[in-house]
Amino acid sequence: MSASVKTLVNQPYKYGFVTDIEADSIPAGLSEDVVRLISAKKNEPEFMLEFRLKAYRHWLKMTEPTWPHVSYPPIDYQKIVYYSAPKKKDKLQSLDDVDPTLLETFEKLGIPLSEQKRLSNVAVDAIFDSVSVATTFKEKLAEEGVIFCSISEALQHHPDLIQKYLGTVVPAGDNYFAALNAAVFSDGSFVYIPKNTRCPMELSTYFRINNGDSGQFERTLIVAEEGSSVSYLEGCTAPMFDTNQLHAAVVELVALDNADIKYSTVQNWFAGDENGKGGIYNFVTKRGLCQGKNSKISWTQVETGSAITWKYPSCVLVGDNSVGEFYSVALTNNCQQADTGTKMVHVGKNTRSTIISKGISAGRSQNSYRGLVKVGPKAEGARNYSQCDSMLIGDCAQANTFPYIQVQNNTSKVEHEASTSKIGEDQLFYFLQRGISMEDAISMMISGFCKDVFNQLPMEFAVEADRLLSLKLEGSVG
Amino acid sequence: MINDNAEVILSVRNLTAEVDGIQILKGLNLEVRAGEIHAIMGPNGSGKSTFSKAIAGHPDYTVTGGEVIYQGQNLLDLPAEERSRSGIFLAFQYPLEIPGVSNIDFLRVACNSRRKHQGLEELDAFDFDELVQEKLDVVKMKPEFLNRSVNEGFSGGEKKRNEILQMALLEPRLAILDETDSGLDIDALRIVSGGVNQLASPDNATVLITHYQRLLDYIVPDYVHVMEGGRIITTGDKSLALELEERGYDWVVEQEAAGVQ
Repeated sequence: MSASVKTLVNQPYKYGFVTDIEADSIPAGLSEDVVRLISAKKNEPEFMLEFRLKAYRHWLKMTEPTWPHVSYPPIDYQKIVYYSAPKKKDKLQSLDDVDPTLLETFEKLGIPLSEQKRLSNVAVDAIFDSVSVATTFKEKLAEEGVIFCSISEALQHHPDLIQKYLGTVVPAGDNYFAALNAAVFSDGSFVYIPKNTRCPMELSTYFRINNGDSGQFERTLIVAEEGSSVSYLEGCTAPMFDTNQLHAAVVELVALDNADIKYSTVQNWFAGDENGKGGIYNFVTKRGLCQGKNSKISWTQVETGSAITWKYPSCVLVGDNSVGEFYSVALTNNCQQADTGTKMVHVGKNTRSTIISKGISAGRSQNSYRGLVKVGPKAEGARNYSQCDSMLIGDCAQANTFPYIQVQNNTSKVEHEASTSKIGEDQLFYFLQRGISMEDAISMMISGFCKDVFNQLPMEFAVEADRLLSLKLEGSVG
Repeated sequence: MINDNAEVILSVRNLTAEVDGIQILKGLNLEVRAGEIHAIMGPNGSGKSTFSKAIAGHPDYTVTGGEVIYQGQNLLDLPAEERSRSGIFLAFQYPLEIPGVSNIDFLRVACNSRRKHQGLEELDAFDFDELVQEKLDVVKMKPEFLNRSVNEGFSGGEKKRNEILQMALLEPRLAILDETDSGLDIDALRIVSGGVNQLASPDNATVLITHYQRLLDYIVPDYVHVMEGGRIITTGDKSLALELEERGYDWVVEQEAAGVQ
């Protein structure tokens, strides 16, 4: 790798600052008492505590998965702080009551929450460590019957909806990290789109980890009733610490008849330094249930941060003619490790799924695609198309593909295509010889490679994602 | 066209260069004036391509000695992209494929980098489209090529035509064509050399690197140089190329070794 490329690649992380704010944290460690304490702090209904305790007891009997193609030292779950919230005086009546330090923090991250500066047509729920600090455009959305609030708030005002849907897509004991999340999750976003309603604006949640010892365990639930549609986007950043922080989130989506959910992620957690010190462990379970006929769930993710990423946004296609989509760009650099992909489970008739995965590995990083396409015995006429492309930058990066295909129905059609390419010194020289700078060359090649995925992102974020990738990569070539 | 009063565009003195620690260029001298067309011939491994890469600034080719003055400026001080922007163009022997990047975007960004350097206004997509349509004629390319990825799936001839199209857009002061004739059938050779001739002017200069006399039937050089062992060992006019075609390179090399000249 040439030196110029190296400096380019190793752009400093812009979001690594820590906000100095007094926090209400509980001591590190996990026990049944801690689970009860979290539930009590949030004044939760009884069923929620039951859900948590069941998950916790289940978790105790489980072991951490070892099958992902990643390696890290054992996590000491007793050293993690499971609840940390910025101290506040009283109940928040409006955004004006939000601590200005927090507003400033989000502003610095490019997520203005104050009335005047809000992103037009994007409603934002801002989550700081364990709690939601503000949700914008709530009233405007309520006019349409759309509920968009933190999950803690939803537990107070809409407990019936939470009880009906929470844990129906990702059960409390689904996997090790999902069980941990179910036991200790502190906040997250809740979205409910009523029947035949098209959500009038983009919904977005912005996650920020601030506390160096705290884990972030948020839980997001989106329910789209019959004939409704919604587009939702999440973004994430964290300060730079020498230690690793655990982020174990769960996202559940439910789409009823003819409903349509589009879920986009731009993940830029701190990735650790160039020697792999620090960074977020991003161990996330995301799953969508296409319960109704003709329903559609589409995942788009741009994964650029985290020391380790372990996530497989999935679709369970139960309703006849339902559609699942997964579009992913996963970029790893330096010592980052990613094991990511999707699961498409075809249950209903004529269900269709599309998987487009683009992995970019630079530095000494490891980037694996892992995907399952499963066609059940009743999924007549099911179709899947998968395309997994890897791009290597430099000579020390790794790309792997682990496709799993299980078909139990002979009327279905499953296609898988894969390719591996490399940005080489000679290609770069070709650009340079035409007067095009190294930065522009890399950004043009990466945009070209990721085009199919970026086209799926909401307009405002496609540009952002494009820029983010170039920033992260510049200099990793050679 | 030889005009001894024309500006010296490129002056190479005692140039030495290595690749992977192996010395390839061993004291090369060359002077190119505005309006001239030079052909550099020579057996495989004599250093012709290394010369072109060293002038263009490829990072794998390390200049270890000598000097290169381009338009009165020390060329070796400039990074590769600056050399290009100041008017040095290399037509590649093996043009690279760039999947996912459309030809037109590539051409526009390249063209605007050069224009910016020249203090000209950068062209927007519409103005550029007009310009490129005009230049397509030079190499008789169909507009469809513009929307395909750079060189991806192009035939050998199409790749070379694409190189000349880039040259037409960048309007270089010094064009070095590295074996542009290799792998071309007669029709493609005619189109490519027709393009080169069209672009040659009293103000710019062209250096052709080739193995074969055939190209020189289409593009008539003012000078023919023979390269061997990393140096230019003899220089003549067009008739030298014909003689080489007939007698091979050995006699020149022997003559040189015997100290004739």
